[in-house]
Amino acid sequence: MMRLADVFRYSLQSMLGHRGRTLLILLAMAIGVAAVVVLTALGEGARLYVLKQFTTLGSHMIIVLPGRSETSGGAPPLLGEIPRDLTIDDALALYQSHAVNNVAPVVIGSAPVSWQAREREVLVLGTTAEMEQVRQLTLARGKFISTNGPHRGAAVCVIGHTLRKELFGNQQALGQWLRIGERRFRVIGELAQQSHSLGTDIGDLVIIPVASAQALFNTESLFRILIQAKGRDSIAPAKQAVEEIIRKRHDGENDITVITQDSILATFDRIFTALTFAIAAIAAISLAVAGILIMNVMLIAISQRTAEIGLLKALGASDTEIMLLFMSEAGLLSLCGGLAGLALGVGSNLLLNQTFSDFSIIAPTWASLGGLGLALLTGILFGYIPARRAAHLKPVEALTRRR
Amino acid sequence: MIELTNINRNFEVGEETVHALRDINLNIDAGEYISIMGPSGSGKSTLLNILGLLDQPSSGDYRFNSQAVNQLADDEQAQVRREHIGFVFQFFHLIPRLSAIDNVALPLTLAGIVPETRNQKAKAAMQALGIADRATHRPDQLSGGQRQRVAIARAMITEPQLILADEPTGNLDRASGHEVIEALEGLNQKGITLIIVTHDPALGQRACRRLNMDDGKIVSDLNS
Repeated sequence: MMRLADVFRYSLQSMLGHRGRTLLILLAMAIGVAAVVVLTALGEGARLYVLKQFTTLGSHMIIVLPGRSETSGGAPPLLGEIPRDLTIDDALALYQSHAVNNVAPVVIGSAPVSWQAREREVLVLGTTAEMEQVRQLTLARGKFISTNGPHRGAAVCVIGHTLRKELFGNQQALGQWLRIGERRFRVIGELAQQSHSLGTDIGDLVIIPVASAQALFNTESLFRILIQAKGRDSIAPAKQAVEEIIRKRHDGENDITVITQDSILATFDRIFTALTFAIAAIAAISLAVAGILIMNVMLIAISQRTAEIGLLKALGASDTEIMLLFMSEAGLLSLCGGLAGLALGVGSNLLLNQTFSDFSIIAPTWASLGGLGLALLTGILFGYIPARRAAHLKPVEALTRRR
Repeated sequence: MIELTNINRNFEVGEETVHALRDINLNIDAGEYISIMGPSGSGKSTLLNILGLLDQPSSGDYRFNSQAVNQLADDEQAQVRREHIGFVFQFFHLIPRLSAIDNVALPLTLAGIVPETRNQKAKAAMQALGIADRATHRPDQLSGGQRQRVAIARAMITEPQLILADEPTGNLDRASGHEVIEALEGLNQKGITLIIVTHDPALGQRACRRLNMDDGKIVSDLNS
């Protein structure tokens, strides 16, 4: 039996002896593997980007919405249920739970904001000092609205980065009096420029004390309550405690919806992981195409090399040896193509990373190894048919066929 | 060494059956020098292919060293070829991308011999044929005569009992042809059985035993 080292040497010499053919196969294989590596890296990058966006929402956050938005079994209620409003006292009651660190009640509305002749319709967010902690807000200048009892309003406000630019331009904003609706508020702080967090532009808004917002929009109810749990482990107990406390306060009715950041995160995580796999599968098709190319080129190679195969048989090569020679050639071709593709893919990822700096594009290890493995597998799989044909050639037919 | 009994070889060409060999009976002893001559289509190449186990007879019995080789499986026949038979072809059949010495050593490479041993043997064989200085040349850098001597070195490297040559000088000029024939006859003098198929009567006359074929039959079998 032929030595394995000699088998590989022979295959290598054959690859070098047919450069055009070899380059063609290498190119096809490389593109296939590179596609897998780059596309999965993009999918993975998108997933990580979304995860990062979620953590900028604030850590260990729980959101409480009024109204039950859950499908449950049983007959529908005869009368349309009107959910009870959430109030500031509901929010304050949540501090009873040890799992809760901070509670920020939120009232949201839209109102015209003006300074001197400039006016702008922006989002008005009524909340308490705790919001700074819960949403991890950073201030560029001044201070955040302070806690002097959530029931007491104060004529102060914190403005977003965009709003400051639009209203004040290059002028000093701190200490100026803004008109919001029919009321006047003094600017005590400016938010630092932050990235969008999931669609909410926190640059173009004004933050005022929650009681002032209730007065401004003439409402008693809260839009939602944001809660910061003590830690990652206390998210679940906090959620349970919140439901319990509100149920007690609302005459035993489950009329709120509690969303944890984790559950949203997990959903997005699942969606993006599925997406990455789908992209990888599409990329794998290009590998299969490369495999078919290998098969065709090997079949052509065999018809060009029948005389060589006949000679090898005349010199005493067994069918197994001929098979081995052609399989190893297909295997080596796909391995080299795969490695080239890996290099190409990793290179493109580095380049993409430099172009889009806040979007990290790194192929997961499973994709790189999987791409390489798949390349090898298709090469060997599609190399099998031509190799078998070569092995079963009759020596006399192979030898007497003239080129 | 070789006993052929009632060997027939038929080819199906369309709906016709062509009888390439008809009831061939032939005994060959070890060390003989035989030429096979005859017009085109007389079956001499087919006979040579059957002797070399490159082709199967349609019927009949072929014994090589008393072994019924036509009943062996493909891989067992490959082993007989590898161990006992060397081939020299009209079109040389060298592998273009391999150096001369690698071409010569190829049968040993296929047999799994380690590089040191096979290179040593290949060098010795090339030395014996006067082409040792061409070891690293590739076939396309060699003359026709040199190529055929590389092919002969390849045929003799496994120290076979039988060398089969199909028109070995068919593609060579007179001078190189002469060198090639002398190389083959040199092997015969060392005891290797040599069978040459040729069109060339001058070449055929040199053999000790001359077979003449026509229409698939041996029509004369002369010893001198």
